[in-house]
Amino acid sequence: MQKRMIAKATELLNNGTVDRVLGWKTGEFFYDLTPAVFDSVSALEAKFVFNSFSGANLSKYLIAESRKPGKIAVFLKPCDSYSFTQLLKEHRILRENVYVIGVQCDGMCDIDKVRNIIGEGLLSVRKDGNHLIAETFDATKTIAKSDVLLERCAVCKSKKIVTYDELIGEQGDVCESDRFDEVARLEAMTPEERFEFWRNELSRCIRCNACRNVCPACSCEKCVFDNDNSGVKNKAAADSFEENMFHIIRAFHVASRCTDCGECSRVCPQHIPLHLLNRKFIKDINELYGPYMAGADLNTKPALMDYTKDDCEPSIVYERNGGAQ
Amino acid sequence: MKKLSLSNLNDLFSAIAEKENLYIPTDNSVGQAAFSLWSDGAVLSEKCNTVRSAKDLFFPQVENLVNFKVTGKQIEVIENRDPAEPFVVFGVRACDLRSFDILDRVFLSEPVDSYYRTRRENALLIGLACSHPSQTCFCTAFGIDAAEPAGDITCWMSDDTLYWRANTEKGATFTDSLAILDDCQDDPVHKLQEDLRDRLGRLPLHDLDLTGFDSDNMIKLFNSEKWDELSQSCLGCGTCTFICPTCQCYDIQEFNTGKEVKRFRCWDSCMYSNFTKMSAGQPRPTQKERFRQRFMHKLVYYPSNNEGIYSCVGCGRCLQKCPVNANIVKVIKTLREELS
Repeated sequence: MQKRMIAKATELLNNGTVDRVLGWKTGEFFYDLTPAVFDSVSALEAKFVFNSFSGANLSKYLIAESRKPGKIAVFLKPCDSYSFTQLLKEHRILRENVYVIGVQCDGMCDIDKVRNIIGEGLLSVRKDGNHLIAETFDATKTIAKSDVLLERCAVCKSKKIVTYDELIGEQGDVCESDRFDEVARLEAMTPEERFEFWRNELSRCIRCNACRNVCPACSCEKCVFDNDNSGVKNKAAADSFEENMFHIIRAFHVASRCTDCGECSRVCPQHIPLHLLNRKFIKDINELYGPYMAGADLNTKPALMDYTKDDCEPSIVYERNGGAQ
Repeated sequence: MKKLSLSNLNDLFSAIAEKENLYIPTDNSVGQAAFSLWSDGAVLSEKCNTVRSAKDLFFPQVENLVNFKVTGKQIEVIENRDPAEPFVVFGVRACDLRSFDILDRVFLSEPVDSYYRTRRENALLIGLACSHPSQTCFCTAFGIDAAEPAGDITCWMSDDTLYWRANTEKGATFTDSLAILDDCQDDPVHKLQEDLRDRLGRLPLHDLDLTGFDSDNMIKLFNSEKWDELSQSCLGCGTCTFICPTCQCYDIQEFNTGKEVKRFRCWDSCMYSNFTKMSAGQPRPTQKERFRQRFMHKLVYYPSNNEGIYSCVGCGRCLQKCPVNANIVKVIKTLREELS
């Protein structure tokens, strides 16, 4: 796949279709890739990489990149294409300045899961077919890729590339996913248990803002929490409960716009399962207003930005086992 | 030199905790290591290092400084600093221990930061040699020997034994108060050190070259065109700064509860858009300048003011945690190309 991608990008640069290419570049190791803009064929050949660790979602970079002079090509995996489409829908990306190459994806890996399996002292990782080979000074282990997938990939919602100018490989379909199982497990808890669960998870937050800054739905030019004039600037929380509220407020803010791309949980240094907050909203919206998938197309109105006279009143009629009726 | 069978480790912790609050690295509910207050049965983590460094116990993320209460024309100033209590931190790695030399030069220089100083004076630091250094470790590049961690006391661990050596007077007095430790010879420790040093020398980043990162090259490095490329994908989050054992920037803010004003300080990050923002505006308008500030500070400004000591200890946390894998090693290697 990587070879075909480099060939395609080279062709687009050479024939003048685009001036730049957004992809992933190699790091020190097999797994520490960085999103990068390539402006020459030699740069592509030297550094472009697409492997099991190309997890970073490139869509959000296009808010800025599509406003620069010239045209940029981007490689979008299926789930990234949902974020991209949602950003188009919100008029955040200038579509005419972007050339989208859709690429199929068989799941991206989580290096921390590899570390957990091999134990301390990871020295190298390489890929061998559907396996990763991890080494320490004392051990070499062959690990099935399926055992170390990012959470979002383990419950992949779709192999469909929603928006593209060109595909490399095949178009896919929306998947049967059990991504709401964990939400259902939390819903089944008593309120006290659920409160305890989230207090424990969120107690680890160091307020680094990685979740917010990586989130394609968090595209405000200036976040209210960074704005000294907002009255709610929030470099540090007054107490631990306020810290919890930050994440809940953020989940509310992206509700019905979040495509469940899972970047928030991928980047959290403290492994807080932030995606579960967003997924709870998605599940509720599906149950209350009918199935809705943010970023699945450009036209459907998001449930929370639409009004019909027979909309349910969630606070009155919603029961856990019920729904819109 | 003293020793203890690892099967008695809980008894050792118990004996320490009877005297003072004891913090050790334990695994949290998601399997990552964090320094936590020891309670009976808490198990020492086997992780190479904690996600948050030992710095946090001395320079917490949020620190109450003082409260003000206004009644009529009276302003009452209310001291609310933490009560100063002695405490022990066990299991600090050599990299984190070196970070205290770096932090001390900032917080203990005039004007002395009394909040930090109080904790430093109250703490007994027990270093622990590494067992499993990994690909992301590069303490050796800064002349740190993970087989010989500093601290008031240094410990080494074999498969079944903890070895213990006091380094300071404070450490020696503390050691004398622990009847549970037995006397022993140095030899087994030398063997552990040899093995560890052999491994450290085989790490991919062990000989990371820092030649040229000095005040002579300050302007050249500052003006390098490479910063555009290096900072290109930086998200502007604070992860690297908050998990770093040597980052020390903070902001002082006030919170008006309606009844009183709480003045506190909290960690700040040079990666943030409002870092050191002044009435005239933001001196570092884009992420490129903010990104450059962090690495110039660690590799050039700090050493220029501190006898050439870099303010990085090679712990590798930023290599493991940066959401886009932009990190100090990549910065060093890329800028080195400019210098050679």
